[in-house]
Amino acid sequence: MTGTLLSISGLTKAYPGVVANDTVSFDIQEGEVHALLGENGAGKSTLVKMIYGLVKPDSGTMTWRGAAFAPPEPRAARASGVAMVFQHFSLFDALTVAENVALGMENPPAMRDLAAKIRDVSENYGLPLDPDRTVGDLSAGERQRVEIIRCLLQDPKLLIMDEPTSVLTPQEVEILFKTLNKLKAEGTSILYISHKLEEIRTLCDHATILRLGKNVGTCIPAETTARDMAELMVGDTLHTPTRTITEGGEVVLDVKNLSLDPSNPFGTKLKDISFQVEAGEILGLGGVAGNGQDELLAALSGEALTDAATITVKGDPVGDLGPNERRNLGILAAPEERLGHAAAPDMSLTANALLTGAIRENLTHKGFVDWASTTAFAEKIISAFDVRTPGPHTAARALSGGNLQKFVIGREILQNPQVLVVNQPTWGVDAAAAASIRQALLDLAGAGAAIVCISQDLDELMEISDHFGALNEGRLSEIRQAVGLTVEEIGLMMGGAHDLDAPEIDAPAQEQSA
Amino acid sequence: MIRLEKRPQPSKTLSLATPLIAVVVTMIAGGLLFATLGKNPFEAIRTIFWDPLFGEYAFYYRPQLLVKGAPLVLIAIGLSLGFRAGIWNIGAEGQYIVGAICGAGVGLAFYPMESFLIFPLMVLAGALGGWAWAMIPALLKVKFGTNEILVSLMLVYVAEQLLASMSLGLLKNPQGFGFPGSRNLQDYASAHNAELITGSGMHWGVVAAFIAVILAYVLLNKHILGFNIRLSGEAPRAARFAGVNPTRLILFCLGASGALAGLAGLFEVSGPSGQVSIDFNAGYGFTAIIVAFLGRLHPVGIMLAGLLMALTYIGGDIAESNLQLPAAAIQVFQGMLLFFLLALDLLTNYRLKFASKGVA
Repeated sequence: MTGTLLSISGLTKAYPGVVANDTVSFDIQEGEVHALLGENGAGKSTLVKMIYGLVKPDSGTMTWRGAAFAPPEPRAARASGVAMVFQHFSLFDALTVAENVALGMENPPAMRDLAAKIRDVSENYGLPLDPDRTVGDLSAGERQRVEIIRCLLQDPKLLIMDEPTSVLTPQEVEILFKTLNKLKAEGTSILYISHKLEEIRTLCDHATILRLGKNVGTCIPAETTARDMAELMVGDTLHTPTRTITEGGEVVLDVKNLSLDPSNPFGTKLKDISFQVEAGEILGLGGVAGNGQDELLAALSGEALTDAATITVKGDPVGDLGPNERRNLGILAAPEERLGHAAAPDMSLTANALLTGAIRENLTHKGFVDWASTTAFAEKIISAFDVRTPGPHTAARALSGGNLQKFVIGREILQNPQVLVVNQPTWGVDAAAAASIRQALLDLAGAGAAIVCISQDLDELMEISDHFGALNEGRLSEIRQAVGLTVEEIGLMMGGAHDLDAPEIDAPAQEQSA
Repeated sequence: MIRLEKRPQPSKTLSLATPLIAVVVTMIAGGLLFATLGKNPFEAIRTIFWDPLFGEYAFYYRPQLLVKGAPLVLIAIGLSLGFRAGIWNIGAEGQYIVGAICGAGVGLAFYPMESFLIFPLMVLAGALGGWAWAMIPALLKVKFGTNEILVSLMLVYVAEQLLASMSLGLLKNPQGFGFPGSRNLQDYASAHNAELITGSGMHWGVVAAFIAVILAYVLLNKHILGFNIRLSGEAPRAARFAGVNPTRLILFCLGASGALAGLAGLFEVSGPSGQVSIDFNAGYGFTAIIVAFLGRLHPVGIMLAGLLMALTYIGGDIAESNLQLPAAAIQVFQGMLLFFLLALDLLTNYRLKFASKGVA
């Protein structure tokens, strides 16, 4: 099949204060995998929402196989043959796979026929999935399959996938890519949104690169280096973080047989986690989201308490100390969720500097807050970490994700920690800011701190970690030297190949549906 | 078509202006209400807002403003601490009653001895009584995770029964010819919360309310505990991360609001009201919730809101007697104030967009 399936010309969409898409034009051919590449905030989501009928363009036109195409709502887009797998799933945990699929259909067939259809599609496209299972029991990868199958049942001409691999292990990514290639061979076009360059190079035929809402270039990914694409995406030369390796420091953080019940019913139980981090070392912990990352951070930050001896820092037991007592000892943390956990959204940056800085920066005297020093501390963070904001009086929620992340990480680093635990330090941060955050972590390690970096971005972990481990259903894999690890090995560690007993029994999803 | 659009930052100007706008809108809607009842709306509004301050009998009503405003402010300041932290004490009315019973009880126990120590002891007992009554929902919440809204509210009705039992039993005036109610503390010099300046309405409760306003302001703006209170309300998870102990915070906020409500009860029973009687409580504990929100949970705002609310009480009374407005209409009028305030609150965080047609 050849010819243009969807032609986009001059699409513009402005929101107050920002032009999300500025005269974007490109074509999607029949039966190709077309990548839409760009940083967070480049306008990818707005663009696909316009194609899917969720957002109306201010100006510009689209044509679908030569005919004008302006879907007023998603239903119309679906009728034309557009299907979309969103980054965040819209599934009901308590219902079965088949029931969930039926909910998304205009005219669902009888449940038995639907189950048969689901089995058909799942076998045809190599997406193993049992229609009778409860969604609450499924892994993130399996949930994504539910969404994909829901789309495939509509027999789409264009399948839009928004960052589909962010929740998958490398093995699951491979399965997904096989499916997508099969779809492509059958003539379905795929619009593939991602900022992971290597994936795009292996999967996609063409790539359109967006920056600040503008189409800044197209390329054939297989013939372009990842670095060139990254620089197109960022619009700048990228600085790869550099580091000085310190060897054989003393053990600073020592966690022994940490087991912990989650504080909420949807959490993950931590099971027998042990590891050590030396001075100057960065331990990278990978794993798919929801496998105990938040709980581990809480146990290390002091938000969740354990036996004193379970966690020691330079030999001192700290497991039963709260967050502020740990801060006193130089154990700092930066949680994943910026708004509402690491920072209070409606409070000023000054107040947010006080939030974790009160103890180590001596911002209170006999309980009374020294607002002048606190403002000075906030200003110091803002200038040292290049936080773009009108000033320390700005509310945290008014900052972009990347800028707030720089503030949150900078706030901890400037307090000169002995131990720093970060979860997803560069999540949703643009490439330049991510590079500077990683550099700051490396510099901190170079100065002798022990760092635990929990992340779902494997590239990031490989770039900065000395040692690597993976979390799977609350267990920690064996810790290995990061240098020389292959993608297969990492995938096995993430998938929990070390498992001793059936892991499903304690899966968080089951607790959820119980 | 009108759309709401979230502001990047809450608007400072509007958060100060909305209470004033709410008052104006309440006057308009209230005027319409009074008009449908066949009264002259302008006269009714003037009677409620103008006459108590500048009317012919203002010399009598002006001190009443302090007398009625002080308990409202005192209670609302306490409630606002909890409300800021997301801890909802709805039972201030009960703590007010128990504070009054305990304070009056201590005073009556010493009757007829005269000593300058008796009144301070009564103040202490009043605060402790309110505090203890508030500790019931606090401890139940901390130990068993019960809902403090329900428990504190239910305890209001328990307190009302206790009040009835006290005025008919233990605290009944032995020389009262069998009438329910205690001795009148106004006739017992050592226990009387008298006017400090004659004719001003200024009594110890008014002083206490001013002190509470100042202390609450300092606590919330200058002290780490106040910061933790605000943080817990705005971002509970961040508060946990910042090392705030939720248990301690619950005990502090409920305890402080209970003690202040108890104080308000004591100052009332030993002063303007004078005696423990079945109908001693006048709903200050509930109205204080409105005052707290009308004042934006800000100490100075609460002070102004308390005076405004007192004004509508006094003005409402005048309107009832002079214009024969039904009491229910006055209550609706007071309720409207909170209603419009909450509705207009939206504007602090959102702005209205008058979108042109065609763009969804």
